[in-house]
Amino acid sequence: MLIDCGDVRGMGPMRIALFVTCLTDTLFPGTGQAVVRLLERLGHQVEFPEGQTCCGQMHFNTGYRRESLPMARGFAAAFAGYDAIVSPSASCTAMVREYHGQLADEAGDARLARAVAGIAPRVHDLSTLLTEVLGVTDVGAYFPHRVTYHPTCHSLRMLRVGDAPLRLLREVRGLELAGLPDAESCCGFGGTFSIKNPDVSAAMCADKVAAVHQSRAEVLCAADNSCLMHIGGALTRQRAGVSVMHLAEILASTEDQPAVPRGHETAVTP
Amino acid sequence: MSMPTYLGLPPFPEAAAAALEDSQLRHNLAHATGVIRAKRAGVVAELSDWEQLRAAAKAIKDHTLAHLDHYLLRLEETVTRAGGHVHWAEDAAEANAIVASLVHAAGTDRVVKVKSIATDETGLNEALAADGITALETDLAELIIQLGHDRSSHILVPAIHRNRSEIREIFLREMPDAPRGLTDDPRELAAAAREHLRRAFLSAKVGVSGANFAIADTGSLVVVESEGNGRMCVTLPETLISVVGVEKILPSWRDLEVFLALLPRSSTAERMNPYTSIWSGAAPGDGPRDFHLVLLDNGRTATLADRIGRQALRCIRCSACLNVCPVYERVGGHAYGSPYPGPIGAILSPQLRGMSSPLDQSLPYASSLCGACYDVCPVAINIPEALVYLRSKSVDAKRKKKFSPERTLFGVTAWGLRSPRRLKAAQRAASASRKLVGRSGTIRRLPPPLSGWTDTRDAPAPPPESFRAWWARTRGPGSTPEDRP
Repeated sequence: MLIDCGDVRGMGPMRIALFVTCLTDTLFPGTGQAVVRLLERLGHQVEFPEGQTCCGQMHFNTGYRRESLPMARGFAAAFAGYDAIVSPSASCTAMVREYHGQLADEAGDARLARAVAGIAPRVHDLSTLLTEVLGVTDVGAYFPHRVTYHPTCHSLRMLRVGDAPLRLLREVRGLELAGLPDAESCCGFGGTFSIKNPDVSAAMCADKVAAVHQSRAEVLCAADNSCLMHIGGALTRQRAGVSVMHLAEILASTEDQPAVPRGHETAVTP
Repeated sequence: MSMPTYLGLPPFPEAAAAALEDSQLRHNLAHATGVIRAKRAGVVAELSDWEQLRAAAKAIKDHTLAHLDHYLLRLEETVTRAGGHVHWAEDAAEANAIVASLVHAAGTDRVVKVKSIATDETGLNEALAADGITALETDLAELIIQLGHDRSSHILVPAIHRNRSEIREIFLREMPDAPRGLTDDPRELAAAAREHLRRAFLSAKVGVSGANFAIADTGSLVVVESEGNGRMCVTLPETLISVVGVEKILPSWRDLEVFLALLPRSSTAERMNPYTSIWSGAAPGDGPRDFHLVLLDNGRTATLADRIGRQALRCIRCSACLNVCPVYERVGGHAYGSPYPGPIGAILSPQLRGMSSPLDQSLPYASSLCGACYDVCPVAINIPEALVYLRSKSVDAKRKKKFSPERTLFGVTAWGLRSPRRLKAAQRAASASRKLVGRSGTIRRLPPPLSGWTDTRDAPAPPPESFRAWWARTRGPGSTPEDRP
């Protein structure tokens, strides 16, 4: 871990590969764009390896291990040779770091296992890339709204990002950080859990939404679009007037280019 | 590999949906699990070496399981030397038959029981009843369950789903010697149960127990409890029969120290539990004259053969994973259709029973994979890892079946996601379909199986342009600096 300088000039320019994830690529391109804008603003060079598709987490977690193996292979091929890889999903980052090696071992693929061992430690979720690799907490962001932060399960209990996202949010100018009651309890998304056990998933979501209301925040922020899609879907269904935003979108927001809370505008157009 | 009293129960999602309708249950569970969760966190935080204790416990259990054959034979030898008798039961029916014949041999038709999940698993009470033997549960919660013709819903607190006014009703209805003016004051309820049980303790010829631990070196069995009923059951009757899963074994006394530090804090959030009973064989003039140990397999050695699944056998039944589980908290224990509910049940039951029933196939999916269970587990069972692994076993077992809509869907999506070109084509099609879903940016209704999502949540409409398309337009070959936003 590097020393946290708390300064945007904490580190020389780096070449960083963006692992955007299939979900963000397909449904939430604004988050990927925000990561690019943010890292370029900090002086780094972002690359998008176009061979990338999906880490295979949905298939793996639903029991389709065999189907996820080619995706692990594709990931290793697309991201070989980069010093740092960043993803706007803690969940997908955890999939690569925790399970791609297991998939390689199970398949008896020693070459893949070696490739994964080389790549996995270089894959970071956005908050750890910023705070630990680049050593920055103040990214020069501006976002004048009342925001509450939901620590997603995989960021908390698989990646152990700790309070890195909160440290980043505290430095955002204009941002008022509201506490979220029972923050560490799961929102009930759980990938295909939300489809296979829809009633339990909805009950968990209802409690999370109630906590968001208690926080009196305008914006719910998290580091995973999947969980945000779930909680946000319930919020718009209730016409709750609370938007959801990925951490990257808030950190990319500046006085010159302020981000508009999601839902207040249907799409981000560059 | 059977749990006879749990046959034919519905798959988890169905049972869970029914349980969610019970708002009283949800309220009771949220309160009870919330209180114990906070207390556990408090007493665990007192120990600076908690993580080392966890690692030690994991290592001891893994070592013992890897050499189970050795330690079991050693236990048989030491128990026998101490004057006990050892019986081996391959499955539930065998275990129950052994116990029944021992009770008959003792010349009685009544037994008193210590809380034991192993005998819940084998359906011992029902089997004994069929053989003309009455088994009386002496743990307060187990007594409530037995009198209420109910099933346990929690490993540690079997009647967690009952509130005190329900307990009062059950006592008045089912306990002939309950005082007529009984109120729902917990102290009065406990006193009524105590009166009811005391007579049984003093007259019972046979006691039946499980055990938390069995020490191979000395042939000692350990029961950890709070109420003292266990102490009476294992000391007062002339004959004691203990039904113990083969995975409960520990090599030596030194190993027990680690577990006695972990178990009470993890289960009741106490630094030490009130009663710990330890006995070795049978001693003349002290306690039972006749001691029988029934070592139960019932699917355990099959579980042990599995590389990833075997870690479930480390479980010491503390129930910390139940108390932190967001699914258990909302649904309760009955939906898991097993004496082992919650996260540990979701990985243990399908392994002990095999995955042939719809219920056992659904159990590994009864989790959002939030990982809270793994964090609190005193023997570091990676429950999320085991869950996703068992899911793959469930999927693989069904691969030979001709057609499955889900498998087709996952096959097609995997094919699409393997290639950036196909993903790009799918994204273009999705963006084109955007006009169909209206201008709101959200989709309010999707067809099954995705309707499970849109019943309570909106789904996002595809954006006009994927990230990949945006990148190619603004930064790809042929783009100019002016294209950059």
